[in-house]
Order: sequence, then structure tokens, then C-alpha cells
Amino acid sequence: MNKLILWFHKTGSPEYFYRLAGRLIPWFAAAFGVLLVWGIYQGLWVAPPDYQQGDSYRIIFIHVPAAWMSLFIYVAMCVAGFIGLVWRIKVMEVIAMASAPIGAAFTLITLITGALWGKPMWGAYWVWDARLTSELILWFIYLGIIGLYRAIEDRRAAARAASLLALVGLVNIPIIHFSVEWWTTLHQGSTVKMFGESAIDTRMLVPLLVMAVATKFYYAMNVLQRARVLLLEQEGTKTWARKVLEVQEVTS
Amino acid sequence: MGALLARDLRLALRRRSEALTPVLFLVIVATLFPLGLGPDLERLAAIAPGVIWVAALLAALLSLNQLFHADLRDGTLEQLVISRWPLPALAVVKVLAHWLVSGLPLAIVAPLLALAYNLPGDAVAAMLLSLLLGTPILSFIGAIGVALSVGLRRGGMFLALLVLPLYVPVLIFATAAVAASAAGLPAASHLYLLGALLALSLSAAPFAIAAALRISLA
Amino acid sequence: MLRVESISYARGSVSILERIGFELDRGEVLMVRGGNGSGKTTLLRLLAGLLPAQDDFSVSIDAEVFDPRDPNCQARFLYLGHALGIKDELTTLENLQFCARFLGCRPGMGPLEALAAAGLTGYQYTLARRLSAGQRKRLGLARVILCPAELWLLDEPYSNLDADGLALVDRMLQRHIDEQGAALITSHGTFVPQVSRQREIGLHQ
Repeated sequence: MNKLILWFHKTGSPEYFYRLAGRLIPWFAAAFGVLLVWGIYQGLWVAPPDYQQGDSYRIIFIHVPAAWMSLFIYVAMCVAGFIGLVWRIKVMEVIAMASAPIGAAFTLITLITGALWGKPMWGAYWVWDARLTSELILWFIYLGIIGLYRAIEDRRAAARAASLLALVGLVNIPIIHFSVEWWTTLHQGSTVKMFGESAIDTRMLVPLLVMAVATKFYYAMNVLQRARVLLLEQEGTKTWARKVLEVQEVTS
Repeated sequence: MGALLARDLRLALRRRSEALTPVLFLVIVATLFPLGLGPDLERLAAIAPGVIWVAALLAALLSLNQLFHADLRDGTLEQLVISRWPLPALAVVKVLAHWLVSGLPLAIVAPLLALAYNLPGDAVAAMLLSLLLGTPILSFIGAIGVALSVGLRRGGMFLALLVLPLYVPVLIFATAAVAASAAGLPAASHLYLLGALLALSLSAAPFAIAAALRISLA
Repeated sequence: MLRVESISYARGSVSILERIGFELDRGEVLMVRGGNGSGKTTLLRLLAGLLPAQDDFSVSIDAEVFDPRDPNCQARFLYLGHALGIKDELTTLENLQFCARFLGCRPGMGPLEALAAAGLTGYQYTLARRLSAGQRKRLGLARVILCPAELWLLDEPYSNLDADGLALVDRMLQRHIDEQGAALITSHGTFVPQVSRQREIGLHQ
């Protein structure tokens, strides 16, 4: 137990985190690559066509994991942001801020794939479906967080302000989701049934889960990459950072 | 506390034109829609809940600029932060003063516009209630956004990006209440939901506002 | 009274204050000197609690820990910054009346007396907006005269004042230290406060 606590304490140091992240990234990248290839193979070839939608449903193998990630990353951002706010740990602040653009990207992918799916499904690109509308609002919230972080000069104050905004959003997102669902029931909007009346075929479930895990590895890899860059920018004058940059100059 | 409230109200009185701008904005926008869509009374009644509420929401957004900016510039904000009174309580007083000056007039004028949009009497009453419950929520949530961005040089539109997503539930429940009332259905459930949101913002927002102010001053 | 063991503060990777330490006794004025950007204002704002303390912040007041976020400590000091904390749309009297109600008055002092002490008699009903820079400074100083505090944190109290105003600040400080208060003030000029007990420390880049 003591060792674990000590390790957590160590990871709070930017220099140690930088090196640890550097060692982990290639592994995550490899895991992501393998799972991505496997998932796409399963999704495009192995999984059978849906009896209602034919082949056009296959976009859900990107759409659904992306949607899951958009929420997962938001929560991860809030956890890191909360730790950064309360205990003033630089590494946590940086992880939170590095997560925001990734989350925003996944949200955008969710929206675009949702629209692309919508056209063959319902005949229109956007039908104000409850879940997609909530995703759209989530995208605005992400943009606000990223914008606030970029607008404040002092990087640590910027991270704290953006983390506070993210936490305020966290409380609001379930409320927003609930209210948008309420809104669609009032206006008799279309409900999205992903797979029709039949239970989901396992051959469809496999690629879905594989892609879900693959995207997690992508997030882990990318957040560490971005966090390392943010740390270098922030800690630029510290000796360890200067050494890293010198090495990079020599090798490039 | 009372001293702070009295001072802010007196200040707002001296800056009357600034305080009236949001209401004028509401009236102008509410006038533009019929001009753009035609004066068909049935259609106006159908779009009234949404249009008037969106206009009120945007007007409330506009009014947020009065909230902390002047205090930051003249140094009174930092005096409030370092005073021995709890900052969340001071935040409540400031937001209350802001609501009395900008939210309450909106709540009074908008139902009159609803009459101009041919909404039946019950719906107008629902509109009034939804605004009385909703505009304080807009003030509190908006105050969080202002507190986070008060030191920035970016324009008011940036504040809109921060705050409008959080306004969505208020808009949905409020317009649902008015629309239900216009259709002859009870609006109570929607108003209760609004009330719950108000209770939530009243209890949680002051702490977020205080934390945001401290971050912004650093 | 105020004992600063060590304060450090960095903004990003730039170190503004490095292990500053000093002591301030009751009944004395401590002048912090330094050029522009040497961290004088940062030091005051840190002590006032406007900037979040970083890892190195050990300060004690009368042998108790000094935490500027603690209301008990906040009740003991008063801060006057560059932005003076006065409302332009209120008259001088209204400004001070608010301070009196918000923070209380020194015994025997009231808004009108504070105005008189600051040399602003006759301007009670003038909007603060219409005052000159020197008069606004006097109004800010009137607030310091009016409200009760043991420790004064004054950022550049002598700036913007004429000879009469400079004498006013000296008088204020003298009266304050006579009553066993203490004051920490900054200046970027070559000013020396004309008070019975004063010391200097310098901040260099």
C-alpha cells in the first residue's frame, strides 16, 4: 500500500510523469492499432447485415464507441480537473486540459457519423433526435472549456478556470440530457432504435466492444502525448525540460 | 449584506440606461419575428412560447455584462473577495441585485408581449410564472460564466458560448410549461421542474461563483 | 506582529518572489522598495489573499498562522491596491457610508470625519467620477482611515498626491502606529515616510 501511495506521489512530479508517459505511449499505440484493425475487420466483414437496415448500419461501430468516449472522456477530464483544483497538482491539471480536445473530437465524430447514419435511416441528415441533440450541446460545452483554457494567459489559472467550468458542466449534463429527452417526448420526436426488435447478434456485439476498448487505448495514448507537450510548454525553463528539448534538437 | 444590496441597487439606478437595454432588446426582438414571419395570429400563438422565451434568454445574456466587470475595474471586486464576509453569500447578494434590476423587468414585460402574440390568458400566466422561476436561474448560471471570464478581453459572445449550453434545460422546461398551458393542459409539472432547477442553482451556484471569482482575480 | 518566514511566488516558469522573509512589529511602518516589476504588488496581494499561496508561504501574525483566506485574519488587515475600490457613480460620502456599514468604523470615526481627515470636506456630494486623480486617492485613503484594522497593506500610498496629500499619508501612518497598528507599504520612488518608526526592505529582480 505504501508503495502505491509513493508511486502516486511520484507521478505528481512533471519530470517523472513525462518519462513514464513516454514509456507507456508506444504500448498504448500498439494496443490501439491491433484492436482497431481487428474491430474494423469484425465490423465490416464478420458481422452480418442487419435485417432491417442492411449494410448501412455498420457505421455504428464508429458512432457508438465515439459517443461512449465523448462521455467517458468528459468524466475523466472532470476527475483529473477536480484533483487538480483541490490538491493543485500540475500533472492532473494538464491531463484534464489535454483531454478536452480529444473529447471534443470524439463528440464531433459522434455527430457526423450520426448524421451520416441518419440519412439512410430516416431520410434526413438531422432530425433533432434526443441523443444527438444532447451530443451537440455537449460539443458546445467542450468548445467552451477549450476556449476558456486558451483565453487565460496564466496557464495554471487557465487550467483551474476551465476545470471549474467542466465540473459545472458535469452537474448540468444529466439535467440537459433529461430535459432534451423530455423535449422529444413532448414533440413526438423520433426515437432511435439501433437494432430493431431483435436482440443484438453476438457477431455485432464483438466489433462494438472491440472498438470500445480500442478507443480507450487511443485516448490513453493521445492524452499522454498531449499532456507531455503541455508540460514541456509550461515547465519550459526547468532544467529537465531544457534537457529534453536539447536532446530533441540534436536528434532532429 | 443589506448594505451591499442597497449599494448595488442604487448604482443600477444611476446607470438606468444600461439597466433598461436588455428589456428594450427583448421588445425589439419580439417585434422582429412577426415582421419576418407575417402577422398570422394562429402561427404567432404557436411560436410565442419559444420565440419570447429565446428572446428573454438572449436579453438576460446581454444583461450579464453589468454583473462583475465594473467591479473588477474599480477594485471593489477584490475588496469583496478579501472582506471577512463569506464570498458565496456576497455572490448571492450581487446576483439578487442583478436579477432585481434586469431579470424581474424581463419577467414583467415578456408576458405583455405574449399578449401581443395572441396567447390565451392561462398561457400568459404560465409565461409569467416560468419567467419568475427561470430568470433567477439564468442570473445564477450566467453569473458563473461571468465570474470565469470577467478578466478576459474577449467579447460577450464568448460568454454566450460558455453559458448557453447550460441554459438549455431552463428553456425547455419553461417553454414546455407555456405551451402546455396554451394547449389547455396543466403546466404544473414543468413549473415544478423549473422550481427544482432554481433550488439547485440557488444552493450550488454561489460556491461556483465564489471559486470562479477567486480564480479570475489571480 | 507579522512574521514572514518565507514566501515564494512564480507565475508560470518566471520566479517573481524568491524566499522573501521579514518581520513587522506593532507601531512601525515597513516600506518595501523595488523597481517596476520587482514583485512589490505581488507580495502585498499574496498577503491580502488575492493571489493563491503557492508551496512556500509561511506567515504568522502574533505567533498564530496567518491565512489570508481565514475570516479571522481577514478582519485584522486592510488592503489598498492600485484600483482604489471606490464606486464612480456614488458620491464620496455614499462610498464611505457603504464602507462603514460593510466593514465597520474605527471607534470615534465616521464617514464625515474620515472625509475631513482626508481633506475632502465640501466634496461630500460630489460623484467620485468627477474627482481628480489626487482626490480619488484621498478618497481611497479616507476608507483606510475609516475602517478598523490592525495591519495596513498599502500599495503605493504616496502616488498621485500633492505635497499636502503626502503629508496626509504621513499623518495617517503616524496615528496608526501610535495606536499600535502596523503598516506595510510599497513605493517605487525614493520616498521616505516621515514617521517615528520606519524601516525598509528592498526587492530586487
